[in-house]
Amino acid sequence: MHILFPMPWQSIVLFTVWLLLNESIAPGHLVLAAFLAIGIPQLLRGTQDHPFRIQKPMLAVMYALKVLGDIVSANFEVAVQVLGPSKRLQPGFLAIPLDITGDFPITLLASTISLTPGTVSAEVSSDQKWLYVHALHLVDETASIREIKKRYEQPLKEIFGC
Amino acid sequence: MLMICLIAATAMVIIAMTLNLITMFVGPDQPDRILALDTMYINSIALILLFGLIMGTSLYFEAALLIAMLGFVSTAALCKYLLRGDIIE
Amino acid sequence: MDFFIELVVSALLLMGGIFVLLGSIGLLKMPDFYMRLHTPTKATTLGMGAILVACMLLTSYRSGGVSAHELLITIFLFITAPVSAMMLAKTALHLKVKIKKGSRNRDLAETAKHREPPSHAE
Repeated sequence: MHILFPMPWQSIVLFTVWLLLNESIAPGHLVLAAFLAIGIPQLLRGTQDHPFRIQKPMLAVMYALKVLGDIVSANFEVAVQVLGPSKRLQPGFLAIPLDITGDFPITLLASTISLTPGTVSAEVSSDQKWLYVHALHLVDETASIREIKKRYEQPLKEIFGC
Repeated sequence: MLMICLIAATAMVIIAMTLNLITMFVGPDQPDRILALDTMYINSIALILLFGLIMGTSLYFEAALLIAMLGFVSTAALCKYLLRGDIIE
Repeated sequence: MDFFIELVVSALLLMGGIFVLLGSIGLLKMPDFYMRLHTPTKATTLGMGAILVACMLLTSYRSGGVSAHELLITIFLFITAPVSAMMLAKTALHLKVKIKKGSRNRDLAETAKHREPPSHAE
């Protein structure tokens, strides 16, 4: 099993993307998709350095839905900020101490922070312990850090178990 | 109603692209210009898809997908160039 | 049913158009680069998501089947938008782009550029 699918998640994604691109589940496309899903990870076997494991798939789905809801609801808030006078905004940088480890979970956290309105992640320190974030309207520094840690980092920590 | 909304959305995307173009010329620094270009290609995907909807064909989908992929790669390449002075290390 | 789908698609199209426009207005209007970075990554991405979902619904309805390949562009954009935003922020930090006066914690930009932990962490 491990020899046939060195990267199981990537194989599933390749299979689905191929079928979606061709918009059919004809036998020919199924065979071709399976061929690609098995063949491409074989070629890339040596490049994967930090494999990740999803401990709680249900929680991951919940997390994705929560983030999607946050993106939609908080964008209306930013709409008001953008259309209002920009002099009233108080931008600033934040340094968030990271509890999670591993390349993939940190990437996911940084992407989530970038997509949820109000904050854009700018840089990770080289020891992977600090995430630098730029906030559009920074009122209370410690409260923002606590909010991000509680809302996004805690679920990711549980999902990946790190 | 649908046609009016389609045309309204297309008009808004076109105005957005014009604003991006202005930003691209005005933008004081190089990252501003790259950001404007990045936003502009994303808007062009919307324009192509809306045009396809108005025309009633899904032939334009492949063009939109290609722009999405090449646009991301070009943004990454431009950033790499400004960061390191080199694209392929 | 006919009217219902038309209503949903129209609402999504208008919402998408407004958000895309908003992203570009923010891009033109904001005073410094880091603030300018905010609207295109979020408002434009959400607007594109809305337009693509509308496109998906309408194409599925017109062809009578399921047309899901617009979903690919949506997912692709949602994955790449934060990545390109972060690369642009890195570039701006590297080039020492001007930061608006009165921004808080401006000293963090310097440590972030060198990828060091913040100075108060020692």
